[in-house]
This record gives sequence, C-alpha cells and structure tokens, in this order.
Amino acid sequence: MSSLVSYARSAISTTALGLAAWAGLYLLLTGRGERFNVGGYLLRLSPHMWGLYGIAFCIGLSVIGAAWGIFISGSSILGGAVRTPRIATKNLISIIFCEVVAIYGVIMAIVFSAKIAAVSSEGGFSASDYYTGYALFWGGLAVGLANLICGVAVGITGSNAAVADAHDQQLFVKILVIEIFGSVIGLFGLIVGLLVTGKAEDFAGIV
Amino acid sequence: MNEVFFNVDAGYLEGIVRGYRDGLITAPQYLNLTQCETMDDLKLQLATTDYASFLQNEPSPLATSTLSARCTEALVAEFQYMQQNAAEPISKFLDYITYGYMIDNVILLITGTLHERDTHDLLEKCHPLGFFDTMPALCVATTVQDLYSTVLVDSPLAGYFRECLSAEDLNELNIEIIRNTLYKAYLEDFYSYCQTLGEPTASVMAELLNFEADRRTVNITINSFGTELSKDERAKLYPRLGNMYPEAQTKLARVDDMDQVKAILEQYSEYKSMLIGVSMNVSSSSSGGNNAELSLEDRFFAREVQLNKDSFEQQFHFGVFYSWLRLKEQEIRNIVWIAECISQQQKDKINNYTAIY
Repeated sequence: MSSLVSYARSAISTTALGLAAWAGLYLLLTGRGERFNVGGYLLRLSPHMWGLYGIAFCIGLSVIGAAWGIFISGSSILGGAVRTPRIATKNLISIIFCEVVAIYGVIMAIVFSAKIAAVSSEGGFSASDYYTGYALFWGGLAVGLANLICGVAVGITGSNAAVADAHDQQLFVKILVIEIFGSVIGLFGLIVGLLVTGKAEDFAGIV
Repeated sequence: MNEVFFNVDAGYLEGIVRGYRDGLITAPQYLNLTQCETMDDLKLQLATTDYASFLQNEPSPLATSTLSARCTEALVAEFQYMQQNAAEPISKFLDYITYGYMIDNVILLITGTLHERDTHDLLEKCHPLGFFDTMPALCVATTVQDLYSTVLVDSPLAGYFRECLSAEDLNELNIEIIRNTLYKAYLEDFYSYCQTLGEPTASVMAELLNFEADRRTVNITINSFGTELSKDERAKLYPRLGNMYPEAQTKLARVDDMDQVKAILEQYSEYKSMLIGVSMNVSSSSSGGNNAELSLEDRFFAREVQLNKDSFEQQFHFGVFYSWLRLKEQEIRNIVWIAECISQQQKDKINNYTAIY
C-alpha cells in the first residue's frame, strides 16, 4: 500500500515537472520567452489585494498563535489542577499572556484596515498605492508570524509553569519571568509592523 | 516540534501523572511511618496519604498482606483512570507497560497448575494490571503447544511467545526459560516501539529500558549459577539491548562465580559506584535483608528510583507514565517492608527501605 502511494507520488511529480519543462522550453524556443514574466504579473495584481492579504494574515496568524498557546498551557493546567486546585486561578495569567497575543493582532489589523478605502474601477495602481499594498502585506505577515511563534512560546512556558507550580509553589514566579520574556517577542513584531506601515499613505479611495 | 503537538493527546494525562507523583510519600512521612509501634499507628499515618480511602474500611488488626493488596488496589485505580482517559499513542504505551505484568501472570498460572494449586487462588494472586480475558483458561494447558494454540494466540503476548515454542514440556527449568525469553522479547519490542515515538520519549525510555535490560542480564547470570542451564542457553536469555549489550553480555555468558560478575560490572562507571559496599557472596535470593548490608538487588532498586526520578525532569514525553508506575511500585514495597518490620518486631531493620523523595 505504501509502495503504491510512493509510486503514485513520484509519477505525479515527474509528470508535473515534465509538463512545466515542456511549456517553458516551448515558450523559450519559439521566441516568446518574455511571456513568462513574473514582474509583470505582480504589477497587474491590485495593491488592495496585497493590503487585504496582509490584514488577513495579521489577525489570522495571531489568533492561531494565541489559541494554540492557550490550548497547550490550558490542558496542562487542567491536568495539574486535579491534584492541586490552587494552581488553576494563579495560572490563569498564562492564559492571559496568550490572549494578549491575539489582542496585538486585532489592534494591528484595525490600524492596517484604517488605510483601506473603496477603489474606483480604474484607480488603485498609483506608485503610492503599490507601496501601501506591499507595506500592509509584509507588515501584516511580520506581525502575524511574530505573534504565532510568540503564542506557542508562551503556551509551552505556561504549561511548564503550571506543572512546576503544582509541584513546588516557589517555582511559579521564576517561570513567570521567563514567560514574560517570551511574550515580549510578540511586541517586537507589533513595533516593526507599525514602523513598516507608518510611512505608507492611505489608499486614495474613489476619485 | 514535539512540544507543540504533545498536549493535543497527552497534556491532561501528563498533568494527572505529575499530580500522582506529588502524592508519593516523602522523606518526613517515611520518618513518621518508621516511628510507628503498631499496625494501627501505621494505618493512622497512612491516612494522610493517597492510600487513605483504600484503607479506611479495613478492620483494625491490619495484616501486611491486606495492606499490600489495598496499596496495589490504589495503584491499579490510578493506572486504570489514566488508561480510560488515554488517546491513541499513550493508550498503546500504557498497554505496553501492562504486558510485563501479563507475562508474570502467565508464568504464575503455569507454575501454579504444575504444582496443582487451586485455580481461583491463583487468579486472585495475579496482578490486576496484567489481566486479560482468556487468562483463566491457562490452567488447563499441559504442554507449551497447547498453551500457545488455545490461550495465548489471542492475547497481546502471542508475538513474544513464538521463540518459546521449541520448549518440549512444562517443568521448573523450562518455565523459568519461558519467562525470561518472553520478557526478553517484550523488552526488545517495547524498546523499538519507544524509538518510534520520537524525541524526547525515545531517549528517556531508552535509558530506563537499558537499565532494566542490564538488571535482567545480571540477575539471569547470578541465578543460573549452580543450575543445569548451559552457558549457550544463558546467553540466549539476555535481552539484546542495554548498556552491557553486546560486549559485557558475551563475557557474562561465560562466568562461573560472583567475583567475575563484579569484575565485569566494574568496567561500567554507573555500576561501579553501585557495587561499593555490596557483599557479593550473598546470593540474590536472600534479599530479605538477613544481614545489615544492602544486597545487590537493593542497589539496583535504588538506582532504578534515581533514573525514574530523573525522567520527571523533562516535560512533554511519555517516560513519566512508566516512571511513575515504577516509583509507586517501589513505594508499595517500602510500605510493605516497614509494615513487616513492625508486625515482626524487627525495628532495627526498618530503615532498609529505598527512599524516593
């Protein structure tokens, strides 16, 4: 069964590679190689698309990071609290740290979406529009990825904190300090995201 | 990446098992236990531990055997709670842990049948963790072939039993060989299963199982002195893993007395420190502690406790489940030891238990 799957996989990938090579060589050898034009393709995409993608990545990845972190520390708190119920209230702070990551994402998404405006049928391709679109896209992606990793990091540390606290009360504060350092990573993404999009003009809107 | 996905299936249970670990009896509590004068005192002291609910309804002159049975019940209740809440990778891991008890139960039943003991008595003595459906039918088997084809073929042990089928009939020596062959196959299988679980479970369990294999190797060697077991057969019983595999095992297969065993063990730094002060002339069967010195077996227990404690130093791996069970078993042995000393008025040996925390 597994040999069949691996055979099918290699067959499909070889076919796809062959077709791509054939198409590329065909264009090249018939003197139409310039039709394969990545730059032109990117310029034809609306800057609004880039901007909205950036906002979607920003909030989406942040929420995934926060949810993942809450789930990692939450399940450990749940298990640890069966024997030592006192950890449940105290370790809520780990959940809050994870939640903060989602709030960063929401704030940034709101800031970014303030630059969005409805666009007329022929507008939206000025140099300023391109810059705003790219700035929003990469700024949003940076914030989103930073928050995703931050959420997971805080979640794992929060899980450590819960387990350690259940065993020895004195360890809680020490691990909390590490957790705070972890949660600062998300703040770095937030700052960079603000700086990147700070110079971008708002989209022009209906002219 | 293990940390990111571990809690999906195991987060809750890991919290639970760490809670159980915190319930293990600590050094001050042991001190209180050893101060007890009567079994009722002991029962009173144990009322502050996790065993309280299992002991409270026992009538007052508490026998050591009842104490041991109730403590095992407590252990089994906790283990079964985890089994009931386990999802796929852990449930299989927990099942693997129980296979060891199944082997013991099978051997107990065969030996009992050989000596024509009552089936019900035997079934009561079986460890509850190693119970499987077709087990009571074991008592009717008279040959190894029978045993395999009627009973064990449906149990999880079937795969391990393949190597034992060459044994002709059931006598004392063959049963002992079957036990060790089964356990060897089990250890090797468990080890290779743990290696498929990825880091850090693989490395933590490798250390624990390597130790277990080494201990079995040494015990097989010591126990085979003065029996009709040939040296080639002895070598076949050694598990093919452990720190002593293969170099020291080939040497151990050829030795004839304790001093040679000691000389081989001393080449390993982790066992060298263990041997200091051990009187090697005591045969391992006298672990009842007839002399004040600790036997080699006690040293192995102490080392096992140390290794199992170490596995709690890491989070996000399955080794804690195995380690907790081993520590809990050691704790029950300790309690029973203390209880025996109290009931037999042998207070001078009461401190020969292996402290855990």
